[in-house]
Amino acid sequence: MKYTLSVLVENQPGVLSKVSALFSRRGFNIDSLAVGVTEDPAISRITIVVDGDEHIVEQVEKQLNKLIAVIKVKNLTAAGSYVSCLLMLVKVTCNTKQRLEVMKIAEQMHAEVVDVAANSLTLQCAGTLENIENLTGLLRPYGIKELVRTGTVALERGSSTAHK
Amino acid sequence: MISGAEMMVKCLQEENVTITFGYPGAVICPFYDFLEKTEIKHVLVRSEQNGAHEASGFARASGKAGVCIATSGPGATNLITGLATAYMDSIPLVAITGQVNSELLGSDVFQEADVTGACESFTKHSYLVKNVEDIPRVFKEAFHIAATGRPGPVLIDVPYDVQRAQAESFVYPEKAEIIGYKPRTKGHSMQIKKAARLLESAKRPVICCGGGVVSAGARDEMIAFAKKTGIPVVSTMMGLGVIPMDNDHYIGMIGSHGKPYANRMMNEADVIVLCGARVGDRAIPNPKGVKASIIHIDIDPAEIGKNVNAHIPIVGDIKSVLREFTKEIGACPCDEWLKKVQQAKQEAPLRGEPRTDFVEPRAFMRDLSSMMEDNAILTADVGSNQIWAANNFNTKEGRFLTSGGMGTMGYALPAAIGAKLAKPRRQVVAVCGDGSFQMSMCELATMNQDRVPVKLVVMRNRCLGMVKELQDNLYQGRHVATLLQGDPDIVKLVQAYGIKAAFAQNNEQAKALAKEMLASKEAYVLVCDVDPDTPSI
Repeated sequence: MKYTLSVLVENQPGVLSKVSALFSRRGFNIDSLAVGVTEDPAISRITIVVDGDEHIVEQVEKQLNKLIAVIKVKNLTAAGSYVSCLLMLVKVTCNTKQRLEVMKIAEQMHAEVVDVAANSLTLQCAGTLENIENLTGLLRPYGIKELVRTGTVALERGSSTAHK
Repeated sequence: MISGAEMMVKCLQEENVTITFGYPGAVICPFYDFLEKTEIKHVLVRSEQNGAHEASGFARASGKAGVCIATSGPGATNLITGLATAYMDSIPLVAITGQVNSELLGSDVFQEADVTGACESFTKHSYLVKNVEDIPRVFKEAFHIAATGRPGPVLIDVPYDVQRAQAESFVYPEKAEIIGYKPRTKGHSMQIKKAARLLESAKRPVICCGGGVVSAGARDEMIAFAKKTGIPVVSTMMGLGVIPMDNDHYIGMIGSHGKPYANRMMNEADVIVLCGARVGDRAIPNPKGVKASIIHIDIDPAEIGKNVNAHIPIVGDIKSVLREFTKEIGACPCDEWLKKVQQAKQEAPLRGEPRTDFVEPRAFMRDLSSMMEDNAILTADVGSNQIWAANNFNTKEGRFLTSGGMGTMGYALPAAIGAKLAKPRRQVVAVCGDGSFQMSMCELATMNQDRVPVKLVVMRNRCLGMVKELQDNLYQGRHVATLLQGDPDIVKLVQAYGIKAAFAQNNEQAKALAKEMLASKEAYVLVCDVDPDTPSI
């Protein structure tokens, strides 16, 4: 099963390397990882999607908590409902005849055209992992020249936060 | 104005550091230059790995964080095995390394090594100091992190230019404020109540005492708990010495090299109280097969449920948890069970009879044990000698120090030096084999230089006994690379260092020489001729 963990850490050099070293040392599998600063510039949030069973994810949480620079670990999957999203940029092969077709798909899938060239279109799409994968599937027949995805970021639904 | 180097030394003074173990190099020189001007003693070791082990022996004997120092590059990488050894056994260390100039970091200059990166999985925490102003905070935090919660080594890497940079003034913080580090000390009272009720109804309960009990300094609490409840106690190798071997409630060491009756007892138990024991594979080889209900007490929440499922987890400092537990619990109706296991202990034959052709190491360890002072400190190395010592040395009021987790050969001698410097009035004896002796024999020079009267017993069997035994059992006796050839005459070698040495051919001689060794005011090395085919258990 996939678990989404929200990890608040001190915004210091070397913290990301400590977190990733922990994953490789303990043999935990990361599906995706996203890191960025929070509303407080001294604190960063790392969102990690872990693949494993309940026992493994419990160990991941405990081992993360042991890192001095980790302030708080919240298992969003276990906590209940949350919103999540990731961002993709994709460069699709398309000639002038196909251009409208691809733009139509983009519109329906809530993707934006961010670059147009003679033989390609670059789309930007933010959404859930499922949305992103659906869009990728629809674009594949045209030929995907290049694709980049961020890790998933997530927040709990409702007014509660990871700090409290 | 004050330089970074001077601040580093002032931080050590603020932490009441009295002794450091280190080996200098170019980029740590600014620090050394100020260290020399203080009353802090510096022990010049002969290799950085031993410096970490000496600091570890000091930390374990004194209960304070040990401090070791190395330069950048090879100095720092040599330190790693020592740090990893301390990390596995949860020993509080603060390691200070010099680093190349910060603007050169990453450019592969002479003696540059990314030591904070390399030590990521061997330290509790690490710092690469980039600003001179950060030095007081970093040192305050490092000492706090090393010694509190589950103790462990903390590394501070300080570039040369940061040591030489000037700060406005030196203000040492009163408290370390780390938002992500608040170790829980008090056990949850409901959990303790639940555990007490479970134990009161248990028919065959066992207390398993691990290294955490030693780190917590909870020896008296453990003895009181066992006495009040009447529950028999077993120990892991790291927990040896908490309860004296001849205590009525103490049964023996568990594990692959422990007492068979102690292991049998673990299998028959219906409730096991794990105290500061991380259920290492050498202690409990098949944790999934444990049938008993587990009460797991540990200060590190990550240890609970890691290797064995806990029915009642109690996170907290063992000393305070055991106090609460002893208050809470009533009598446990397990007299019959206690009698049964006590009988098993008494009926078990002692292994190893004194010999006339060789020194029988197990019989000798018992003799040595009976001759040593009650509060003596024994350090045991790694290999057969560790098992001979663990199973036959009776730690009464003293300590048994060994590299239990990492199993680092060469640990005993430097650890003994550190322990003796921490407790100069106590008897400190190290036991090693001829394999492990040669891994740290350079420290004989340190012993001689600082006149540290450590006593060392070398069990010379001309082989790497433990691995040879493994090859006998699993590889049809093919002794590949386990027979030591070309070894020096250890007695002459030790004498060349200006240290007294003697050779024992049999148990009678060994006993007489051990008496002389223990009576000696100076350092002394006793080499025992041991049969290479002596089993470890």
